[in-house]
Formats: sequence, structure tokens, C-alpha cells
Amino acid sequence: MITFKNVSKRYPDGYVALNNVDLTVESGEMVFLTGHSGAGKSTLLKLIAAIERPTSGTITISGQNIAQLKPAAIPYMRRKIGFIFQDHKLLFDRSVFDNVLLPLQISNFDNNTVAARVRAALDKVGLLKKEKSMPVALSGGERQRLCIARAVVHRPAILIADEPTGNLDVEYARDIMTMFTSFNQVGVTVLIATHDASLLEDTQHRILSLKQGKLAA
Amino acid sequence: MIRAWLTQHGFVFFLTLKRLISTPVTSLLSIIVMGIALSLPAGIYVLMQNLQVISGQTADSPQISLFLKLDMTQDSIEKVNQRLEENPQIQTIQFIPKDVALQQLQQSAGLTDITASLMRNPLPDAFVIHTLENSTEALEQLRTVIQSWPEIEHVQFDSVWIERLNALLDLARFAVLMLATLLSIAIIAIMFNTIRLQILTKRDEIEISKLIGATDSFIQRPFLYFGAIQGLAGGATAWLIMALAIRTLNEELVALAQLYRIDLQLQHLSSADSISLLFFSAWLGWLGARISVASHLWQIEPK
Repeated sequence: MITFKNVSKRYPDGYVALNNVDLTVESGEMVFLTGHSGAGKSTLLKLIAAIERPTSGTITISGQNIAQLKPAAIPYMRRKIGFIFQDHKLLFDRSVFDNVLLPLQISNFDNNTVAARVRAALDKVGLLKKEKSMPVALSGGERQRLCIARAVVHRPAILIADEPTGNLDVEYARDIMTMFTSFNQVGVTVLIATHDASLLEDTQHRILSLKQGKLAA
Repeated sequence: MIRAWLTQHGFVFFLTLKRLISTPVTSLLSIIVMGIALSLPAGIYVLMQNLQVISGQTADSPQISLFLKLDMTQDSIEKVNQRLEENPQIQTIQFIPKDVALQQLQQSAGLTDITASLMRNPLPDAFVIHTLENSTEALEQLRTVIQSWPEIEHVQFDSVWIERLNALLDLARFAVLMLATLLSIAIIAIMFNTIRLQILTKRDEIEISKLIGATDSFIQRPFLYFGAIQGLAGGATAWLIMALAIRTLNEELVALAQLYRIDLQLQHLSSADSISLLFFSAWLGWLGARISVASHLWQIEPK
């Protein structure tokens, strides 16, 4: 599903975020990505969504070379991915419902099914009763769940989460991990970047750890 | 597919209306500025159209005077009359014999003494004709034809004032074009700036939309709609401003028209011209937004 071959990323200021990374994530797999902050986790995720371009190497997603994608093709590639951003990136001028609606509007979904889809996504994360609320009125954990609803509403094949349990307490974090596991169980490829060691204690899933831009064995 | 496309556009349309209404004062001010800017050239155009109608009425059947050579026989007068009757361009023919002309001259105040002192009638026989066509070329052609007849001394028609009016209208048309061009550029500039500010305030939305797979056209659409709708509203405002001005002017004109015993009523733009005005103003708004979007949107790339 996701393949990195000799991928390096050097920023214009000379900082090397990734150094010759090789990795493969199989379709339907759930993988954790760990490492200290600055180890290159976010860069790796951004390369997958073509938010950043690699300095060298090839990245393929479902057989498509991301590095050689034309700018006009990038939006369509991104629709295959559900991205949960570290800084949430919610729209504070519209309701919970409308935030989740956005990906469907973007990918031109039929109007008759969108409301049902939005509610189904909100139901999965337990926010159905808050669909009319504004994001400001939500707690940190609720906002995180709203991000998840927005990331899965268009049923992407790949789900990518950047520090999804960032500043949540243990109980909330566990809830959210359960949600990811359930998405994975229905066939979604899940890739989670986290520095939260407690999340990884009793997981059976593969753990990739990044150290100074290199994958540790 | 088409339905999805329609709902998408319908959604953007209502979203744009909502945006316009959410900032009522700003929107209203922009629309009024555009309306005033558009009403200036459009107003002059309306006046011109009305002037043309008035000039068309008066110059409907221009009068041409044909002066025959002195001492023409009755026979040659008949010949001229016959040729005039055969000409399809001529509507009416009136013959004025030289005796009648002299009588008319004698009746004119102050000239009695002069005419009485004349040894003989110096006036020629004359025809006065009205033509069907009133274009300068057609009249000029008719004049050349008639002038070539041997019985004719002189052909006179007062086309000079029509020519002058037409020249004046041409000048006014040019002025309207110049004014319209300048003010159109001003409207595009206003819209450019309005959209630039909107893009700045919608930075987050644009960035997030790009991150979750929005195409450029999806992101541009609301701004282009906004430009077009505000342009359309500006055009409608210009139309209303003119309607109001014409009503006010017409009230004043009633008194003037009564003095001159003529029917003087300004007409508003024709429905075709009104639709053109609305389309043009919508297009101007769209163009300003288009240029603004093209020059600002690429600067917002997700990081």
C-alpha cells in the first residue's frame, strides 16, 4: 500500500529530516511510528500526503509514485487518505456537522447521502448529539474525535494520524486508540505517529521507530 | 454527475449569498460604489439613446428644396414633377410657383417695401419634397441625382444639423466608451481588493481544503461567485439609480415639454440593454475576483 524507497528529505535550511528511509506498509495493516520530537515522524507523514516533496527517493501509494505526481493530480490522491493533523485544523466558523461535511463537499458527493454519511461518522466518534455545536464549545478530547470523524467520513483507504493523543489524558487516549483499531478491523490501513510510550505497551501492531531521520531496526 | 455538479454550484451560490449578508454594511457599500460607477457611463448612454430618438423623430422625413432655373416653361415643370413622382425615395411633393413664393415673401413683416420696389419677380419656381430615408448618404445621393437634371438650378436641404448632431453623438459615444473603460477598471480593482481581503481571512479554510483534497477550482469557486454576484448587484443598483434619475428628470421635463408642445419623455434602457448591463457588471465582478484569486491563492500552500 505504502512504500518508501531510499527516501531522503532535506529542508532548504540544510536540516535533514529523513535520511534514506525504506519502509513498506501493507494494505490493511496498522502501524505505529515512534521517535522523539524532531525525529522526522511528521515529515514522513507529510510526504505520504504530498504536503512535502522528498529530496530524493520514491514514495508509492497503491502503485502511484507520489514524488512524480502532477500538481493537478494531488487533490485526488489526497482524497484516498484521511489525515488527522497534530494541530487539528478545524474550521471554527462552522458547526461540527459542517466540519465533517467538508471532505464530502470537496469530493463532490451526492447530496442525498451526505447527511447520512456525516451523521454515521459523528456517531462512530460519539459526537452525534453535538452536530450543531461550534468547535469552540468542544473539549480537547471532543475536538480530537471531530478530527477523526472528518478524516473517515469519505471512507479513505488510508488513515494517517499525527500525535492523535497529544494532550489527552489516558482514558481519552485509550478511547481514541480503540476507534483506530475498529477502523483497521474494517480494512483501513492505519498509520499513527506518536511519542506516547503508554499507547504502545500492549499493542500487537508493528512499531517503526525513527531516530534522527533513520529507521531503527 | 450533473446533479452533483448542480448541487455543488447551488451550495456555493447560497454560501456566497450568506457571506454577503453576513457583512451587510461592507457588502452594501461595495455594491453602491459599483452601482454609482456603472450608472455614470450607463446614464450618459441612456441620454444619448433618448437624444437619438428625438433627432430621429425630427429628421424623420427631411425636407429638400429644389429651385428651378428662372423662366422655366410649364412643360419642363411638368417633367420635373413627373420624374419626382417616379422616384420611390420621395414621399411627398409640393410645388410652389414663383408668384406664390413672392406673395409669401410680401406677407413677411418688414419686407413689404423691398418687395414692392422690385421691378420683376426674382424668385424661381420651387418644389419641396420629403424623402422616406433620412440617412446622410441616401440624401446626398438623391441630391446629386436631382442636381444633374437640366431644369434644376439648386438643390438645398438642411442636412447640416443632422450631421452635426450625429457628429456630437459620435463624440458622446466615444466619451461613454472611455468613461466605461476607466470605471470598469476601477470596478475590477475594487473587486480585486475585496477578494484579496477575503482570501486573507479565509486562509485557514483554504489551507485545510487543500489538505483534504480540494481542487483549485473548488477553492476558487466561492470567490468567483462572490465577485459575480456582487457585480450583478452593482449592475442592478446602477439600473435603479438611473430609473430614479429618469423619473425625477421626467417630472421636470413635463413643464418644458408643455412650453414647446412636444412629447418629451426620457426612456430607460431597453430590456436588451438592461440585460447587457447586468451581464457586463457580473462579468466585471467575476473578472476582478478571477485576477485576485489567480494572484493570491497560490501563496497559500499547506505546510
